[in-house]
Amino acid sequence: MIRRYVQAKWELSEGVLEPTVFELGDVGKGGVLVARVEDELRREIGEIDALIPKELLTDSIDLPGLTEPEVARHYNHLTQMNYGVDSGPYWLGSCTMKYTPKVAMRLESHPSLRNAHPYAPEEIVQGILEVLYELQEMLSSITGLPKFSLQPAAGAHGELVGALIMRKRFLDLGERRDEILIPESAHGSNFASAAMAGFKVVRIPPSDEGTVDMGALKAAMSERTAGMMITNPNTLGIFESDILEIADLLHSNGSYLYYDGANLNAIMGWIRLSDMGVDLAHLNIHKTFSAPHGGGGPGAGAVGVIEELAEYLPVPIIVRDGDVYRLKYDLPKSIGKVRMFHGNVDVLVKAWGYLKLLGSEGVRLSSGIAVLNANYARKRLMDMGFEVPYGRDRPCKHEFVISLSNFRREHGVKALDFAKALMDRGVHPPTMYFPLIVQEAFMMEPTESDSLEELEAYVNAMGEIANLAKSDPSELLSAPKNTAISRIDDSFANKRLWLSWKIYKEKEREKS
Amino acid sequence: MPMPAEGFIPNASDRAISRMLSYLGINELGDLFSDVPSSILLREPVKIGDPLTQSEVEVLYSEKLGRNLPIRTSFMGGGMADHYVPPLVDELVANQEFYSSYTPYQPEISQGILQALFEYQSLMAELLGMDVVNASLYDYASALGEAGRFSVRVTKRKKILLAKTVHPERKIVLRTYMEPLNVEIVEIGRESNGELSLDELSANLDEDVGMVYMETPNFYGVVERGIRDVADMAHSKGALLVVGTDPLLAGIVKPPGELGADVVIGEGQHLGGYMNYGGPSLGIFAVKKSFRHIRQLPGRLIGMTKTVDGRYRGYTMVLQTREQHIRQEEATSNITTNSSLMAVRAAIYLSLLGPDGIRSVAEKILYNTEYLKRRIGDLPCFSILFEGSLYFKEIPVVSELAWGEVNSWLLKNGILGAFQVSRLFPEVDPTGKLGLLSTTEKHRLTDLDNLLELMGEVCS
Repeated sequence: MIRRYVQAKWELSEGVLEPTVFELGDVGKGGVLVARVEDELRREIGEIDALIPKELLTDSIDLPGLTEPEVARHYNHLTQMNYGVDSGPYWLGSCTMKYTPKVAMRLESHPSLRNAHPYAPEEIVQGILEVLYELQEMLSSITGLPKFSLQPAAGAHGELVGALIMRKRFLDLGERRDEILIPESAHGSNFASAAMAGFKVVRIPPSDEGTVDMGALKAAMSERTAGMMITNPNTLGIFESDILEIADLLHSNGSYLYYDGANLNAIMGWIRLSDMGVDLAHLNIHKTFSAPHGGGGPGAGAVGVIEELAEYLPVPIIVRDGDVYRLKYDLPKSIGKVRMFHGNVDVLVKAWGYLKLLGSEGVRLSSGIAVLNANYARKRLMDMGFEVPYGRDRPCKHEFVISLSNFRREHGVKALDFAKALMDRGVHPPTMYFPLIVQEAFMMEPTESDSLEELEAYVNAMGEIANLAKSDPSELLSAPKNTAISRIDDSFANKRLWLSWKIYKEKEREKS
Repeated sequence: MPMPAEGFIPNASDRAISRMLSYLGINELGDLFSDVPSSILLREPVKIGDPLTQSEVEVLYSEKLGRNLPIRTSFMGGGMADHYVPPLVDELVANQEFYSSYTPYQPEISQGILQALFEYQSLMAELLGMDVVNASLYDYASALGEAGRFSVRVTKRKKILLAKTVHPERKIVLRTYMEPLNVEIVEIGRESNGELSLDELSANLDEDVGMVYMETPNFYGVVERGIRDVADMAHSKGALLVVGTDPLLAGIVKPPGELGADVVIGEGQHLGGYMNYGGPSLGIFAVKKSFRHIRQLPGRLIGMTKTVDGRYRGYTMVLQTREQHIRQEEATSNITTNSSLMAVRAAIYLSLLGPDGIRSVAEKILYNTEYLKRRIGDLPCFSILFEGSLYFKEIPVVSELAWGEVNSWLLKNGILGAFQVSRLFPEVDPTGKLGLLSTTEKHRLTDLDNLLELMGEVCS
């Protein structure tokens, strides 16, 4: 059975699906009032404009004015032309698009959280501090890393914290270590974060098996090596079985092992990071711990470290003092702060709820099924003839990578065309063209949230597209046809750079 | 009995597991971990406690949050404030198609979130008097960190002039972001009215300076009235002027974009977001229509475009070659996950309030601020730090009494009082006498009078 899908499509004027708010309302007048200045207050203060120098008074606010029903319908039309995890399978490799239990969602709406001021004295917010502290403890149990900061707003933000901690540590030790080793298959943010922290990036090429090439690693290591950033399982979904040797090599060189937690959903409850020799790591709260991705964010990127590095964490850290929870600012070696306040708390409480719901056995079961689903889907695809360039003779973890290069070579059908055709079959396409070491890559991560029927629907859709590629590729080259809109012109977008309504209108005026 | 977790994992049933295992030709889940060194494979589950049911999770959470002390009205300042969130904002961002989607890498199936983010960029550009706004950064402070790095990329200069009146926590973040770049940061003092000292600025401004940074309102709630002059001075030396702002101020005072700022950053939590104990926030980052600047922007950008067949208007992410997933260590920033849903909140808020609604919120805040400033100044044991200044939303109050005493009296009456600056930033106020009060459109005149009455009672 292959599923069919037609996305909602609003076409409210010629060539336009849903007009922008600027076209729906009168620009410069109208809108909904939510505040009122009392007459008595107005009388006492007088004309407010008199307080402001004339040349600084706002003369016009060029926002559109709409009524509440118009705004409600407008944005509901937009949500209907989007696709979320609750719509269907969303196999974005390295993004862990798992289902968010709604009980975890509802925790964000508690008034004691929503109305809590970040500078409220600790005695006023003991409840929130306790929840956050318990989350730290649970993350410590899962990873084996004793100390956590919940401050970073995202995974890459956590990477920056980790890289800055390594930098500061070696500055304090008086050692000039300005290089970070990163496998070529790593997430792009690893390279960017290391560079932001002032490191020179040294790339480690993969072995024939797609794992870290131990010879290359040994050759790259020197007295300049501050550490290595590793993703395990790596972005091919292959477990780095030499991890203990890698950790030993780094440690005997006086370097640290940093773990990118994007792929933690493969091993949660099965392997602790500390047992792999990890010294510091970030965890993606919005991936592994079920907080939603929010159309791109906000997420949260907790950072865990060994005791030796604990005093470098960003301030404040949340500590427990008997029955009382406190924010500790007194950390003289801290790297400082990477954002204001304490973290994306309304994201973090969802992880707390998720872990309470799962319990000790549940986290292990989640990862186990995520890995089982991935292996099942991979074997189904291999049996259909899809090419798995790395690791086909060993189990994958929570994700795997196939190469569609033979379809491109023989039938002119690219990974991009496959992706667009998948949308017509009711599933969100996987991560494309990554990792860079695989041609025409599809990086697929089913997560534990999909049923067997959904796994089947996905692989059957892949099979149907493969058959079409051989028999009648024209449909694929013009896909998608069942989404709200047909294929988007990216190069036109990059040439015109209509980055705001204002710029678009100006360019239109110049034209006429 | 099945575990509660199984209710969230469709294939956790014995039937599904055994069917899949037999297809794979293995006996148990553990066989999928045969490539892991056995010395590190856990035999026992990690200890995070027994699983709870849904209702137990909610009850436990409510019990814990019940340990927070109840607050009826919040007047605490310090950069985050208790604004009114219209219910429509909550209602719309609760749509799973928005909140459970990923960054829109596949535009055809993601037109909804792409258009919502394009509208955020467009609405914010209008409000701030700028041309291009990115699709969000984490928060105001990390936006400042990114602005500092942006200024180095654009100007190739490694010196920053920073107003002393910038929020101290943002200063720390800026220094954290800039430290690896070896940039010199010089702080510029203030006039007696709390505004940036133009004389001191002029004395320190030379052709090594890449960025001048100031905030309006600044840490003390003071609205800067000399931005145009600062812009002229900075530009005459080839430096960028970056201004941090509260977007609501633009409802009544000309935004920095119309006063010569090259980059405007700010906090968008005020537009339809809750305080949430400090996060998530919405980092605003805006520039003018200069290709040199646009190429150096950090973060995601959404552009309007057409379909390949030319028939429809559509939206997609643009200039991705600046970003980490393509450019790796040459990227303009490492940002990947951002604060999209907060940007969507801001877009809905601005669409709903429109020009009249935004003006009314800004006006109400300014009236409230002015009223509190005058009345607190009349109380015997309190005074306002700077004379002759224009304050917006926050006011710096000097107390003759210990703030602990004042605030605990207020708390007894359900009010969260001033943020005592010395509690976190003793270097900014060694005396311990300075407190920041904030007022928003949520406060009715009776709420202000209630606060004043209670403050008066502590005095007597």
